[in-house]
Amino acid sequence: MAPSDIAPPDIAPPDIASTVRSYPEARRPDRSYWVSSGGLPIATYEWGAPDAPPVAMAHGGFDFAGTFDVLAPLLVGGDRRVISWDARGHGSSGHAELYSWNADLRDAAAVIDAASPDEPMVFFGHSKGGGLMLDLAHALPHRLTHLVNVDGLPSKNNWPDLADHERTKMLRGELEGWLDHRQEVAAAVRRPGTLEALAARRMRMNPRLTQEWLEYLVPIGGEEMVDSAGVSEGWRWKLDAGLRFGGFGPWRPEWSMQRLPGIGVPVLGVLGLENEMMGWGTKPADVIPNSPPVFRFEALEGVGHFVHIEQPEVVAGFVLEFLEAHP
Amino acid sequence: MTTVDPTASTRNVIRLTHGKVRLALHLLREGWGRPLLLLHGLGECTPAHAPALAEQWSGPIYGLDFTGHGASTIPTGGGYTAEILMADVDTALRHLGKATILGRGLGAYVALLIAGGQPALVRGIVLTDGPGLVGGGIRPGTTHVPTVDLSRPGPPDPHAMVELARDVRPTDYAIEYVRQIMQWSELDTPIAVTAVVRPEWLAAVVGEVGVIECPVAEALTIFADQT
Repeated sequence: MAPSDIAPPDIAPPDIASTVRSYPEARRPDRSYWVSSGGLPIATYEWGAPDAPPVAMAHGGFDFAGTFDVLAPLLVGGDRRVISWDARGHGSSGHAELYSWNADLRDAAAVIDAASPDEPMVFFGHSKGGGLMLDLAHALPHRLTHLVNVDGLPSKNNWPDLADHERTKMLRGELEGWLDHRQEVAAAVRRPGTLEALAARRMRMNPRLTQEWLEYLVPIGGEEMVDSAGVSEGWRWKLDAGLRFGGFGPWRPEWSMQRLPGIGVPVLGVLGLENEMMGWGTKPADVIPNSPPVFRFEALEGVGHFVHIEQPEVVAGFVLEFLEAHP
Repeated sequence: MTTVDPTASTRNVIRLTHGKVRLALHLLREGWGRPLLLLHGLGECTPAHAPALAEQWSGPIYGLDFTGHGASTIPTGGGYTAEILMADVDTALRHLGKATILGRGLGAYVALLIAGGQPALVRGIVLTDGPGLVGGGIRPGTTHVPTVDLSRPGPPDPHAMVELARDVRPTDYAIEYVRQIMQWSELDTPIAVTAVVRPEWLAAVVGEVGVIECPVAEALTIFADQT
């Protein structure tokens, strides 16, 4: 399906214009279009020549495709076409009534089908996007040639080992928090602020990233609120206020890691060893026993969860070398 | 399978808001005392009339249509989890106050979750057979991305039929809810299992101390007597 067949006729394509902020080596996508996933519009972006070999890149939780604005052009320089999308409720994609792992999987599959209906592609995922691509590699093994996972391998070894009574108490708090949150989401809105304030707020969750980079992201993942007289009322992240940090439900981290050994295509795994809030805290010793048959594994000292943002040239180098070594 | 009664859905429906969803809470029968809340099975909706099994219940009888079912909103693009349906029921309980819950199939599993989530508001749950009782097993199966046929948009929402038929229900997860209920419920025996079919999650529930097995009418009599 060509992008022109996908775009709803009455909606302009997702915005890819340059913004009020720039960042060294960052480049907005070359094309954008909408993909419908069960009626929900998913904002999809591409960098590179339309006929170059495709790489599908899934971002992490609370991120958006624009966070690949430095890494994607580096891969394009290696003669690749990079396709990424804003997950539902993130960036410019539609805000859904409901969110779930399976819905994210279905959205990703819809984008992959739309962007490259016939040609298998490289699956690349960071953090939660890495977990999604692991699952998709099992669900759609005929659709990928390689898998790249960047700090997206949850391990049960980093979850607290609690006594029963402690677990009961912890679940009590989680349940109360979840149910209260669900009652508040109808009226919830993201807190506005200046562009600089939104960047500073995001830095609390991403303490290793620079203010300059985070300010670059604000006009992409956020929107400026303007009153009827055209006066700015500040910026707001577009992220659906109904989304909540931290999972809730029966999911277990080892379920993702257990997908790794069975991947039949070459796999590149990259881990940042500096522990931080948004990461999984996974160690090489958690990963190695689960190595798939063809596996290159890189664990980077002094690098945090956002490996591809802290060291985009290193990650791009790994990916292009790996693809060349396993044609 | 139950069908929507257009008379009931216009005359005795209370509209509640859960996030971006409008839920339909049906008053099936007036009464005095604590309400009985019916939770339907997967793909079903609130029945047109109070079931004969509950005719001895003296309080009002309500039925909640889950998101994507009956007269409740059908969301765009799916994304269902049992935990979202638990929050549907929480919305109804915050309106009704203390209630006893009779859950059927999927509604039985959701009844367990909400009894753990709101042990002070739930005055006993009765878990019965029905569509969606089994769920997707106790651990993830082979990953797949199911095709959802949207040519018949529902209700029930085709996304709900696919996603809620495969939600994973680990036994230790179910047991954690039983322990929440046992620790914080004011009832001595707040969980009654009447289902004949016992998927692994439900077998684990039955194995916990304080869970009783009995017919529906007996369970409702026990809970009706508890103040």
